[in-house]
Amino acid sequence: MAETQVLEKKVATPISFGKKERALITDPLNDNNPITVQVLGICSALAVTTGMKNAAVMAVAVVFVCVGSNVITSALRKAIPSQVRMIVQLVIIATLVTVVELTLKAYAFESYKQLSVFIGLIITNCIVMGRLEAFAMANRPYESALDGLGNGIGYGIILLIVAFFRELLGKGELFGMKLIGAGDIYAINTETSDIFGWYVSNGLMVQFPSAMFVIAVLIWAHRAWNPKLVDIS
Amino acid sequence: MHSTRSIVIFVLIMTTVVSLLLAFLSSAWAQRSKDNALLYAKKATLGAVSQHLDMDYASINNDQVDDIFSNQVEQKVLRMDGTELTKEEVEALGYAGGQAENVDILKEMKKPESERVLPLFIYKKKSGDKFYILSATGKGLWDVIWGCVAVESDLRTLAGVSFDHKAETPGLGAEIKDNKTWVKQFTGTKIYDEQGNYTSVYVRKGGAKDPDYEVDGISGATITANGVSEMLKRGLKYYEPYLKSI
Repeated sequence: MAETQVLEKKVATPISFGKKERALITDPLNDNNPITVQVLGICSALAVTTGMKNAAVMAVAVVFVCVGSNVITSALRKAIPSQVRMIVQLVIIATLVTVVELTLKAYAFESYKQLSVFIGLIITNCIVMGRLEAFAMANRPYESALDGLGNGIGYGIILLIVAFFRELLGKGELFGMKLIGAGDIYAINTETSDIFGWYVSNGLMVQFPSAMFVIAVLIWAHRAWNPKLVDIS
Repeated sequence: MHSTRSIVIFVLIMTTVVSLLLAFLSSAWAQRSKDNALLYAKKATLGAVSQHLDMDYASINNDQVDDIFSNQVEQKVLRMDGTELTKEEVEALGYAGGQAENVDILKEMKKPESERVLPLFIYKKKSGDKFYILSATGKGLWDVIWGCVAVESDLRTLAGVSFDHKAETPGLGAEIKDNKTWVKQFTGTKIYDEQGNYTSVYVRKGGAKDPDYEVDGISGATITANGVSEMLKRGLKYYEPYLKSI
């Protein structure tokens, strides 16, 4: 059985923030987006995008877990026995996710209740494990941190965009602020407004299938906008 | 290639470090999470009288919840025969604090029926109206469901309910908690008929036939809805000896 570790350059390159490092962050935001291009992490993207607040909490949690696990795995990469590396990676992720869960439980209990099972499911989020195996096991902690940051944000941005449409069209709210709907509590009251009197919130947008539609439209828009992503075949 | 020995040592060190770290965090924040959980339960209890609060329930903050609980809510813990337990007796059951808010209704659910204790909250509105908030537990599709039911001072009309669940499907069974319109249907329904016979409130699939004693079901969540019916029918009956005594 051959060692799978990538041989590193003998001369350590100094830590800098140049073109290559910038690409580590910007690439997952656009050309290599975890959700719209790699189609990873769809499960949680469907589940937690009913509201901007939940999506934001989830995005922050995933960024934290992504960066944290990337850095730890990368720092330990020479010590981790290759035979058990998957298990070690999983333990690192699970630990960080538990830390997130405990933190939410202590400081943001409402979000903890709403996100409940999905926080635990970050462990199985393919993006995190994928980055560890593909990047952190072969690169220095510094680059791994940037890669984790890029991928976490790339995931979080899509989550927020999906949540924006679902919350606004489904409930007429953003971050829980009531913007449009029937009743005095909304900023635009459709019962009395002349311009928006026709508007009715679309209940389907609150349900999970709508996230599929929104993500599909996002993928389509992303590909139409970025010619690099168009399949030539 | 690492030797088996080095792998075992690595894994042992890793698990020790991880478990120590998590155990430390968990115990350091235990009190905080406990307080949060209690506050969350208090807020859910007030959810049953959300339409009768002196403020808007949706924007209520934690201090207001504590304030209402200390000034406007009377707590009692009842035996199945309707008599009240003293604070010491409740503490002897393992509920530190000895108040109704400390009683774990899910734990009570596992005891034999005759040994259970029932938490009761009496909410007094500033105008003087009294609401009796009863608790009930039952089974949904996947796991336990529970809820608080507020009864008006005529002891038969419901003033509101709030349900919660452990693992019902979001968008289907979880609607018992999330769908405020569905929950609102319970307001104004009655658990006793004109003659004083116990009727409870029934969640009817296909739509309520008698709006006084029935509410509409939830499409795609028949089993959860039936669980709610069963929970109310059995759970509210437990309070009958007490309600009859006042």
